[in-house]
Amino acid sequence: MSTVTTPETLLDVQALDKRFGGLHVTRDVSFALRAGDRLALIGPNGAGKTTLVNQISGVLAPSAGEIWLRGENVTRTSQAGRVRAGLARTFQITTLAPHFPVQRQIELALFEREGLTGRLWRGMDGYPALQAEAQDILARFGLLAHAATPTQDLAYGEQRLIEMALALALRPKVLLLDEPMAGVPKGDGARLLAALDALPRDLAVLIIEHDMDLVFRFATRIVVLAEGAVLADGSPDAIRRDPLVRAAYLGG
Amino acid sequence: MNTLFNILIDGLAYGMVLFVIAVGLSVTLGLMRFVNLSHGAFAMVGGYCAAWLTREALWSFWLAVPLAIAATALLGALLEALVLRHLYGRKELDQVLFTIGLSFVLIAATNAIAGPQVQLITLPPLLAGSVDLGFRTLPAQRLLVIGAGLTVAAAAAWTVARTRFGVWLRAAVDHSGTASALGIPIRTVQCASFAAGAALAGFGGILGAELMPLEPYYALKYLVLVLVVVAVGGMGSIAGSLVAAVLLGTIETASRYLASGWGSLFFFVAMAALLAWRPNGLLKR
Amino acid sequence: MNSPLTSTVAAPAAASVAAPVATKAPAQRPAVRCAPPWRAPLLLLIAGLAACALFPEQLGLITRIFIAGLFVLSLDLVVGVAGLATLGHAALFGLGAYAAGIFALHVHADPLLGLGVGIAAGALTALVSGAFLLRYQGFTFLMLTVAVSQIVLSLVQKARDWTGGDDGLSGFAMAPLLGRFEFDLEGRVAAGYALAVLVLMFYAAQRLVQSPFGLALRGIHENRARMAALGTPVFRRLWLLYTVAGALAGAAGALSAQTNAVVGTDSLSFALSAEALVMLILGGAGQLSGALVGATVFTLLHHTAASINPYHWLFVVGGLLMLVVFVPPARVWTWLRQRAGGGR
Repeated sequence: MSTVTTPETLLDVQALDKRFGGLHVTRDVSFALRAGDRLALIGPNGAGKTTLVNQISGVLAPSAGEIWLRGENVTRTSQAGRVRAGLARTFQITTLAPHFPVQRQIELALFEREGLTGRLWRGMDGYPALQAEAQDILARFGLLAHAATPTQDLAYGEQRLIEMALALALRPKVLLLDEPMAGVPKGDGARLLAALDALPRDLAVLIIEHDMDLVFRFATRIVVLAEGAVLADGSPDAIRRDPLVRAAYLGG
Repeated sequence: MNTLFNILIDGLAYGMVLFVIAVGLSVTLGLMRFVNLSHGAFAMVGGYCAAWLTREALWSFWLAVPLAIAATALLGALLEALVLRHLYGRKELDQVLFTIGLSFVLIAATNAIAGPQVQLITLPPLLAGSVDLGFRTLPAQRLLVIGAGLTVAAAAAWTVARTRFGVWLRAAVDHSGTASALGIPIRTVQCASFAAGAALAGFGGILGAELMPLEPYYALKYLVLVLVVVAVGGMGSIAGSLVAAVLLGTIETASRYLASGWGSLFFFVAMAALLAWRPNGLLKR
Repeated sequence: MNSPLTSTVAAPAAASVAAPVATKAPAQRPAVRCAPPWRAPLLLLIAGLAACALFPEQLGLITRIFIAGLFVLSLDLVVGVAGLATLGHAALFGLGAYAAGIFALHVHADPLLGLGVGIAAGALTALVSGAFLLRYQGFTFLMLTVAVSQIVLSLVQKARDWTGGDDGLSGFAMAPLLGRFEFDLEGRVAAGYALAVLVLMFYAAQRLVQSPFGLALRGIHENRARMAALGTPVFRRLWLLYTVAGALAGAAGALSAQTNAVVGTDSLSFALSAEALVMLILGGAGQLSGALVGATVFTLLHHTAASINPYHWLFVVGGLLMLVVFVPPARVWTWLRQRAGGGR
């Protein structure tokens, strides 16, 4: 007898609430991500999308509510702890070590993943397997030629690729992408789009995006956020037809 | 009871001196994000000018002091416009290095011009005596210092809150890019605030000449105290500097009276505690 | 299946952890590689020995340079590598000096044991103060380091019975090094001892900086948010680094106590912390070798100019500091290298 295994719930956001003094930026937000989900978080500017991602990744502490990652309550866990539990994210504003050669930036992610950054003696060049993996990652993203270039000297679109490469280098189970295409001109986004298509099948992905073509192409589920609260949560077709969403966001 | 009163008065006076010197640095740090470690030199220059005018040129104290302050303001404005503004975008360590170097040069220049001995400012008879308040007598000089400090605080607060320059200043501190786009003359604001800060430092140097003797190393010797007041009070906060200066000044004075063997321990313990409690400044959250 | 690697030129000395080496090598060779960690320390050893051989009258000054170099090296780890600007580093140096002096005076006069005590004192002070200090950043952290070192100074001044207070600690004589080498009046043993300790610790620092730990520290320096997002326990890494730097500073302090046979409160002063920072920025922060260059240049300058007139020397060094900001040493070294090496 074949059993259908429901994919496990990897990320569970429960009644998340956040206030900054009088400002209520996250209102009772709940949703769950299972392995393989491609969830797009959309909404007007100021809806609180990045704030929500910041709470999930641990940059901000919520005022109320809980966050569960792969069965563990991580609401009080540090950013580093959540990464070790399988979470990774990219930033809307590119956040790279500006003077690091690209390869070193990737290697650093790998060292961190393997728990090697507490080692003081053996040189960073003494880990050939990790260096090879770093080069593979660069090759997959078409950046091998820039291995020695400081990250700040790369083209903006390439920096966005590094953002994604770093998150994937950590081999996460849950990936949060904060506007990966932000600021990238329409034409230059091909490699980023290819990278999105090539994401591992069992990875749970939450993506914040404004580009609706990308959203409807990529997402298996859409959550619409407006003024900090969930306006709608469903399949792309359902969202497209939802009159509330059309009125508030999609412009009819 | 006697001692307590002395501690309060001396502490308040000391705090006022620190405040008047520090407020310019606080504004400069908050406004231009410019680490000016040569700020102590302005206090020194103001004091030296007043000393020379009253002792050598035999001017009246009441004329010498405004002139000394004006001279310090001019020096500040010239330094800012010609040299320091080129460092505004630079790394903090660069600013530290440059302004330390500038302090060294000013110390050496001061010694070359006036020699290494302590400079005294001749006080007018009015200030050299005591004032009878009925229940206590106070040295008149202390009264002047406290009064001057409060006046400076009030004037600074009024300028920032009520005048157009104050509006420009606040806009420039909060968002210089937008302020500039709105037509606010940022360069003028920067230069004028810097000069005002230098002038106030000079005034503080004059007021504090008794507590902090004027000699060439003055520029660096009291810099730590001024930085402490700025840090504890919060960069850019005038009220914060006042509270921090008075609080720390009183603690330091009290420890000198009551526990002189412990040096400045209590001052720095208090400072560390306050800063750890409110890292962004006493009055900011 | 590697794409052809671009051959690269030595990068300008700007916090680059790997000086990319020109390679026309087979495709398996990585494009970025660190220089061998023993190279610079070996150069240092040769230069140090040469200096001692060429200027046997100046061994006292040369020993002071070695000790200053070690102290500034320790500061470079904190300021240049980890990016934590501190003005309280003298506390670690001074407590190392006092610990070594007190140990020699009351327990045992063996230099190496005393060195160990100094290292332990520096490391322990860094461990304890770092637990508090490293919770803060930027200007707040800077001022708190000042507070901590001033508190240490006050405590040392108060504990007259142990430290001699403002008069300083003296009256201890060191036993022969390794049981054989007496500290001679010319200062040869002292110079050799200081150089040996400096070279060994420089090598250790090189390895640390080239390790994954060192890479993570540079990452924290350049972008803390990125490191947190990679899963780095930032506080723990900085705390470990600060403790190691404390050990090196404590060693420098111990050497100072042992080679001078006296410890004064100036070893804990704000002026010493500021001077070390100036030496570091002068020579170039972040490259380790810059620390040694800055310490050498500044100490030599101070020695030559101060004997002329203590105030006029301030003109010289003040002017130099202002100049250095507009003409950075890094660019000068690169320019010199290009002139000397015909451009690489």
